[in-house]
Amino acid sequence: MAVTVDKGVAGGPATPFDPRRSRVSLDERRGRSGLWFVMPWIVGFFLWYAIPMVASLWFSFTDFNLVSGEPAEFIGLDNWQKLLSDPEVRQSAMVTIKYGAIALPVAILFPMFLAYLLVSARLRWREGFRALFFMPSIIPFVAAVLIFGGMFNGQIGWVNRMLAVVGIDGPNWFLDSTWVYPALVFIGLWGVGNAMLIFIASMNSVPATLYDAARIDGASQWSIFVHVTLPVISPVIFYNLVIALIGIFNYFLVPFVLNNGSGDPNGATLFYALYFFRVGFRLFDMGYAATLAWALFIFAVVVTGLLFWSARYWVHYEFEG
Amino acid sequence: MATTLEKKKTRPAILAPEPKHTKRRKGSWLATGITAFVLFIFLLPLGYMLVTSVKSEQMITQVGGPILPRSPATFEYEGELLDIYTVPMPDGSEMDLAMLQPGRQVSQFIDPSNPEAGPIEWEGNWRGLPPAYELDPQWQNFPRAWDLMEFPLLLRNTLVIAGLGTIGAVASSVLVAYGLARFRVPFGRSIMVVLIATIILPRFVTLVPTYALFVRIGWVDTWLPLIVPHFFANAFNVFLLRQYFLTIPKELDEAATIDGAGPFRTLWSVILPQMKAALVAVSLFHFYFAWNDFFEPMIYLSTRPDLQPISVGLRTFNTLYDSQPNLIQSGALLALIIPVVIFLFAQRIFLQGIDLSGVQK
Repeated sequence: MAVTVDKGVAGGPATPFDPRRSRVSLDERRGRSGLWFVMPWIVGFFLWYAIPMVASLWFSFTDFNLVSGEPAEFIGLDNWQKLLSDPEVRQSAMVTIKYGAIALPVAILFPMFLAYLLVSARLRWREGFRALFFMPSIIPFVAAVLIFGGMFNGQIGWVNRMLAVVGIDGPNWFLDSTWVYPALVFIGLWGVGNAMLIFIASMNSVPATLYDAARIDGASQWSIFVHVTLPVISPVIFYNLVIALIGIFNYFLVPFVLNNGSGDPNGATLFYALYFFRVGFRLFDMGYAATLAWALFIFAVVVTGLLFWSARYWVHYEFEG
Repeated sequence: MATTLEKKKTRPAILAPEPKHTKRRKGSWLATGITAFVLFIFLLPLGYMLVTSVKSEQMITQVGGPILPRSPATFEYEGELLDIYTVPMPDGSEMDLAMLQPGRQVSQFIDPSNPEAGPIEWEGNWRGLPPAYELDPQWQNFPRAWDLMEFPLLLRNTLVIAGLGTIGAVASSVLVAYGLARFRVPFGRSIMVVLIATIILPRFVTLVPTYALFVRIGWVDTWLPLIVPHFFANAFNVFLLRQYFLTIPKELDEAATIDGAGPFRTLWSVILPQMKAALVAVSLFHFYFAWNDFFEPMIYLSTRPDLQPISVGLRTFNTLYDSQPNLIQSGALLALIIPVVIFLFAQRIFLQGIDLSGVQK
C-alpha cells in the first residue's frame, strides 16, 4: 500500500517550492544503496549465467576436450554440422519429444484432477488429504525412481501382479521400448505436488458469484468447469505448463538411474539430456557438448517463446485481482 | 500490493464451507471415498517399498509368493524343526499343525499350541496340504543397507553440503530480495525479469564452461562447486522473500530510518525478526534441494565416494545391489525417511505452494 502512495507523490505535479523535490534525489540515492544489496545476484548472474552462456557458445566453435589436454582450436561450424547429421541427436530429440507429448498433458491434467477432488466442498479431512497427496513430492527423486523400478518390475512388481489378478499379462515395463514411456510418466506423477497446490489455490480463488450465476443459468457441472473454472485458472495452467516443459528439457535423472544411463531398451530412454551427459562427461568432448547445450537452448527459447505467444489467446489474467 | 491484500480478503470466504444444504451431507462420503481410493492407488508404491524392504531374498524370488513378508511357518518340537501345514479336520475346520511324521495314507501331526496333547493322526495325502505362512519381517535388512551404503557418511556429507549451501542461499537471497523490495534500484524491473528468466534457462547450457572453470581452479572433487554458487542468490528464493518483504509495512523501516538506523541495520533488527517463518521456509526448501540434488554432485564428486551426498550414494548402492530388491527398498526407505518426517512436522510451510505466475504484475 505504501508503495502506491509513494508513487503518487513522486508522479504528482511538482510546484517550484515543493519540499518533496529533494526527496526524489533521496530516492535515487536510496536506489543506489539498494544496488549494493542486489549485488550478490548481479555478480552471480554474470559469473554463473551470462559469462558461461557466452563461453558455451564460444566452445561450440572449438574442439575443446578436457581429457586430451590439447589446447582448444577454433574449428568453425564443424560441431554444428556434426549436430545436424548426428543420428543420435535425432534419436534423442525424438525420444524427448515423444515422452514430452505424453508427459506434458499428464503434468497438467493429473494435478488438476487432484485439485478438483480436493477443493470439493463435500470432501472430509481435506487438509489431511492435501498433505498426503503432496507428500510424494518431497520424497528424494532417486528413492522414488528405485521404488517405481520395483513396482513396475516385470516379475515381482505389484503392477504386473495386480494385472495378473484380472488376467492381463503385464509387459516388462522398463525393458520394453514402448511401455517404458507410460512407466516413466507414472514416476512423474509423484512430482506433481506443487502444481496441485497452486491449482487448489487458483480454484479456490474463483469468484463464488461466477459459480452462482452459472448455476442460475442451469449450467451442468462439466460446462461450469469448462466455462468458469478453466478460464479463471488458465494463468496457473500456463505457469505449470512452462515449469513442466523446462522439466522435460532437463529430463535426466529418471532414465539415468533406471537403466544406468545406457539408454536401454534399444535407445528408447536415450533422452537428449542423457546424450549431452554422455558427450560432455563420459567422452569429455566439451566443444560438442556445448553445441548440444546451445542447440537445446535455442529450441527451448523457440518453444517457450511460442508458448508465451500463444498465452494471449487462452490465458486470462483479468480475473486476478 | 493491493491485489495481494484483496486476494487474502476474499480467499477465506471461499474456503469456508458453503451453507449446509442436504445435498452436501449426502455426497460427503462418496467424495471422500473416491478421494481415499485415488490416494490409496497413488501411495501404493510406498506400500511396495515398505513390504519389500522387510522381505528376505527367498520371499522375493518365489514367483507368486505372498505379498506380505511371510515365510513358511515352523515349530520346534523335541529339538527338531517341523514344517507347519494347514490341515482340514474331520469336523470341517482347519488347523495349523506341525508335521511330525509324513506318511502316504496317514501322517502324524503335533498341535503347536498344545504340544502336550501328543501326536494327532490325520488321514490323507500330506503332499496336497498347503504350507502355513507366518509373518516374518526381516528387520535386519535395514542395518544391512545402512552399513552397505555407508549411510552415516552419506548423511554427514549431505548435511554439510546442505547446511553451508543454506547459509549462503538464505543470506544472499535476503539481501537481494530486500534490495528489490525496498529500494528503487536502477533497472529494478529488468532485474526481476532476468531473474525469472534464469528459471526457464535449461541448466545444461551453462554447465560445460562452469565445469571447465571448476576443473581449472581445482574445485572438482571438492564440495565447493555445490556450495559456493548458492552464495549468489537464486530466483525462487528471491521471489518468495520479496513477496514476504512486501507484506511487511514500510512504515516500520521508515521509523527505523528516522531513528538513525542505516538500511542494513533496518534489515537486520527490524525486518528480519518479522519474517522468521519465511526464513525457515527458504532454508527448508534449500535443504530439500540439497537432499535431492543429483546431477552436479555426481559430476563434481564422481571419483570421491567419501564426499558424495545421499542421492548419489543411493544410486551407487542401486547399481551394486541391483539383484537384491529388498536391500534397495530398505535403502530407499532410509533415504526418504528424514525428509518425510520433517515434512510431516512442517507441512504448513510446504503446503502454501510456490507460484511465480503472479510475477508479471
